[in-house]
Order: sequence, then structure tokens, then C-alpha cells
Amino acid sequence: MTATTNLGDETRRELREIIARYPQPRSALLPMLHLVQAYEGYVTPAGIEMCAQELGLTEAEVSAVATFYTMYKRRPVGEYHVGVCTNTLCAIMGGDAIWSELTEELEIGHDETTDDGTISLEHVECNAACDFAPVVMVNWEFMDNQTPQSARELVDRLRAGEEVRSTRGPAICTWREASRVLAGFPDGRAHEGAQAGPASLAGLALAHEQGWQAPEGGTPAIEAGRKGGGT
Amino acid sequence: MTTLTPVMSARWHDTDAFSRAGYERHDGYQGLRAAVQRPPADITTLVKDSGLRGRGGAGFPTGMKWSFIPKDSPNPTYLVVNADESEPGTCKDIPLMLATPHLLVEGTIISAYAIGAHYAFIYVRGEVLHVVRRLHYAVAEAYDAGYLGTDILGSGFDLDIVVHTGAGAYICGEETALLDSLEGRRGQPRLRPPFPAVAGLYASPTVINNVETIASVPSILTQGVDWFRSMGSERSPGFTLFSLSGHVTRPGQYEAPLGITLRELLEMAGGVREGHELKFWTPGGSSTPLLTSDHLDVPLDYEGVAGVGSMLGTKALQIFDDSTCVVRAVLRWVEFYKHESCGKCTPCREGFWWLVQILERLEKGAGTEADLDKLLDLSDNIAGRSFCALADGGVAPITSSLQYFRDEYLAHFEEGRCPFDPAESTLFAASAGATR
Repeated sequence: MTATTNLGDETRRELREIIARYPQPRSALLPMLHLVQAYEGYVTPAGIEMCAQELGLTEAEVSAVATFYTMYKRRPVGEYHVGVCTNTLCAIMGGDAIWSELTEELEIGHDETTDDGTISLEHVECNAACDFAPVVMVNWEFMDNQTPQSARELVDRLRAGEEVRSTRGPAICTWREASRVLAGFPDGRAHEGAQAGPASLAGLALAHEQGWQAPEGGTPAIEAGRKGGGT
Repeated sequence: MTTLTPVMSARWHDTDAFSRAGYERHDGYQGLRAAVQRPPADITTLVKDSGLRGRGGAGFPTGMKWSFIPKDSPNPTYLVVNADESEPGTCKDIPLMLATPHLLVEGTIISAYAIGAHYAFIYVRGEVLHVVRRLHYAVAEAYDAGYLGTDILGSGFDLDIVVHTGAGAYICGEETALLDSLEGRRGQPRLRPPFPAVAGLYASPTVINNVETIASVPSILTQGVDWFRSMGSERSPGFTLFSLSGHVTRPGQYEAPLGITLRELLEMAGGVREGHELKFWTPGGSSTPLLTSDHLDVPLDYEGVAGVGSMLGTKALQIFDDSTCVVRAVLRWVEFYKHESCGKCTPCREGFWWLVQILERLEKGAGTEADLDKLLDLSDNIAGRSFCALADGGVAPITSSLQYFRDEYLAHFEEGRCPFDPAESTLFAASAGATR
């Protein structure tokens, strides 16, 4: 293993912790690669080697998996990964204009990182927030209803080291911290941020306004067991 | 007139909806308590009788899927929840899991009990960090409360749930590709048969259901089959989340009975963007053929949408007004399918690569009429000749847009350019009403 790697005994212990969650070890590979990114910032040769050792696979087998999925990076990623949705709906609603603005502002293109190592830019596909279009993701947190101007301000603040909050989630953490959560190591911040954004509540708000609700429950097919209380 | 019927979304306005305390305040986990008092087979029968159909796009009857699990397999049975929501336009499962992850956890426990699974996986796409946090939190809370682990609620039933994050691949929403991915491999679809019910995860009996399908189960337990069937139609019963996006005044989630129409939903959402007319829409994501203003009164249920040559899909109603260039829209979708093709089979891998080149040319106004025939010819050689449904879905925008908007394709090369100004279709265009 090269001298520059951040991987060590602690990593190995955590990789084994991931493996223990599954009935068969190889199922752990995707979260293991997320953990490698948490330590290394991207999927390094040392990370591939360690995953292969722990799972009894060849490095080629692990590489074949790592290169299939777009979230695994083969080069260092900035502290903040900015994904602009340019799939059809977001693109038309302004994603293309946001993309142009950010490439100009940051002077980088798709899958590139600023010289200071703070921001990486990527075209992303539909991120399941179309009712908040156009959408920008920062380290996989939602930044809803963006404009070219708000997106420019967003990256300026990230580069200046200011705290930025997701429109529906918590203050944005670093790329490596995010990767650690994705590997299945919670950071204790689940309670932060909103339970729902405005668009998610559009129908419910209208139902309240109009007094609409689902029909009253009929005779339950199975009587709920409330008699014992507790568990 | 049809009205909204919030069931799954009914508590989304509670700021602590995502916590166990918030969920239990409104009968949370009562469905589970009811379920474990009865034999598992009764739960499958109940879900079968309810007529619940898969909400991930295909609409397969859920109870029937469960009943395909063999009773005599020597291997363990697994439940896998497909939370890999990635179909363009689809945005229902993510808000559901963000606001009420316990609804999914409760549904998962009930469903696992019904099919006899002691291991369940929630395969959530990786690109939604806060949803992953909420799922971890809800599962941990459920263990603390004795809803997971061993001897759940004194029933003797044991279950573990693993929250598993994907890593960016649309194809993993396809159930057999998801299984390969969950086994730690490249996410490529498998040949069927054998179907997952017989040989799924680890070649063992496996049920794979969409998030919304599983989240529909607890209320069937507490409110009953007749209640569920009092909404929707005979063949498409129940409530569901309709997701309106794009050029609509109030985009968002609207939970309503199946069979509601786009006209009704658009009225609820404040109509198409002010000063504009509806041009085209998808009923259930980009893989479902486009429809137009001629289809405003089609009942949005499985049969109704199929009756006009499209599919209900994920009920992702992407609304595009008259400022939108249909060629640009279709090009972008086809670029998506090219990017997301897993590469396993030739028609899909090569076909979308060629389709993108032709569409790029057409969009710039440099195409010819022969290109339109070529698009259809290629589409015809991709759909039905590929390994999985990704390819069938990928040509849907092409064939349907040529059916309804052939003249617009012609206008591009007649004028030698795209006749539309992309700035006019944006959210921040000067003409857009400041209604949000």
C-alpha cells in the first residue's frame, strides 16, 4: 500500500463492520466503496486493494464494480460536490442556464474540480425532486428551486467557507463526511432540517383548505391489538 | 368531482413526522400490532383482496406477487424494498421517506411477516443523503421499540432490516439489476425466468416491492379492505401519490384516488403556468409515452392510461407548456437512456448512442426527413429486442413525440434552427407568473 493512503487498521475494522451487516459478505461492497471515499475522497487503488482483500475478490472484480456506478470517483473530488440536474424537466425549467452560469463562474466543466480543491462540478441525472425544479445537489443534499443567481451565490459561499444549509436538510457537510453516512455510519443529524419541503405539502395544504380527507375507516379487517398497550 | 385523499401524506405537515413519537401519535405501528396477531397467510390474503397494485410503475398485483413465494424452499426468503427512485419525473418516494420513514419501516415489517422473511433490505439510491439519514434513524428507533429484532411484539417473529445505499445507476431500479447490485456486483439485469420469487437475492425466494407499495400496506391493516376499495376503481383501487412538476402553478405531491384526471389535478395545482397552454405531459415518468391536451380527461389509473397508448407508470406528471421545444425535451431524455444503459445488450447500448446523434442533428435544425424515419426504424429495432424494459421506456418519448409533434420536428430543419427560445421555458423567465 502506498504511503499516501489514509486507510489503516481502523478502516479495516469498519469495513468488517459493514460486512457483518449482510448474510453474504460481497453484498457489503457498495457501502465499503462509500467508506473508501470517506477516507480517501475517492476510490483509490489502495481502497480497491483493501476491499478485495476483505472480500476475497480480485482487484479486477472490485474495479469492475467501482467503475459501474457514477457516485464512485476515480480522481480526487472537491470538498463540495455540486451536481446540477440537467435531465429534461430541470434543464427546461432552468438547469441548463444554471449549468452555464456555474461553468463560467468556476471555470471548470463536467467532472472537474476547482484549483483550490473546494468545488467539483457534475451534470447529474434526475434526483427525484422534480416538483422543486430546477434542482442543484451539494454533497447529495437538496438545494431546491435554484436560479443561476442563487446557484452562483451558493458556490461563492461554499468557496468562502460559509455555512450553507440545504433547503430541506441540515447544514451541508463535506464530501468525505457525506460518504461516511452513505457507508452506513450515521452522523446523528437525522433530526435536523425540515420534514417536508413546500412542494411536498402542496396537496396536503389544499386538502386542509378544502376540508378534504380520505374516507373514514370502515370495519377493520383485522382488529388492531390495542388491548395490551405497550409492546 | 374527485377530491384529494391524503393517507400516506396525511401527517407530512407535522414537524416531527419522521420520528417514532410523531408517527405513533397518529396510530403508527397499529397495523403491525394487528398483523402479528394473525397467521401470515391472512395478511397476504388481505392484501390480495384489497387489490393493491405495485406503485413502482408496472402495477402488478402485490398480494399475488407475495403468493408466488414457494412454501417449501430450503433457502431463506428475502424482502427487498426498491427505494432507488430515479425514473425522470418521479419524486414521490423520496419525500415519503424524508417525512415518514416509519411508515415504510412498518410496512416493511408487515410485508416481511406476511412472506416469512427474516431479512429485509431497503435499497435506497445513494444520491439522497438526508433520506439515508432518516432511514437509518427510523430503523434504529424501530429496533429500540421492539418492532425489529427478535420476537417482535411477542409474536415469535424475528426480522432485521438493512438500509443499503446504492451508488448511482438508474438501471438498479430494474428489480433484477437491483438484486445483482445488492449482491455487490455491477447492476445488470438478469434473464427471467427464473423470477425473483423463486430465485432472487442469493438465488433464494425474494419479493421486491416499491416504497409506495409497501407504505400502502399498514393502512389496509388498520382500515380494512372495503375502505381501501372505496377509493379508486374496481381494477385500480386505492389512493396514490400523483407528482406534478414543470410548468404548473403549484407543483408538488397530490395524494388522490386512482382514476382522477389530469384536468382535475391541474385545477388543484392552480393550472398550467400563467399565460401559457399545456403542450405535452408524461403520465408516469419519461418511460411512459407522452400525452397531450387531448388526454386531460383520461382516468389516471392502470387501465385508463393504457387505453390511450401510454402507461400510468410512477404517476410522475411532468407538465410542459407551449414554450417548450419537444425535440429538445426528447433529446435530453434519450441522452439519459444512453448514459444509463448498462451495456449488457447491444440494441440498447448501441441504439441509444445512435439515436442521440440523430436527435442532436435534428434539434440544431440540421436534420432531414429521412432522419425521422431512421428514428422510428431504430426505435422499432430497440424496443422489444433488448434485455430489459429500460430500452422500451427509452424509445417511448421518441415514438410518442413523432406521433403528436411530427410538424415540430419538420419545422426545425425547415427553419434550419430550433424555433424556440430556451429562456422562455425557465422558472425564472420574465413571463412566468410570480405565483410561488
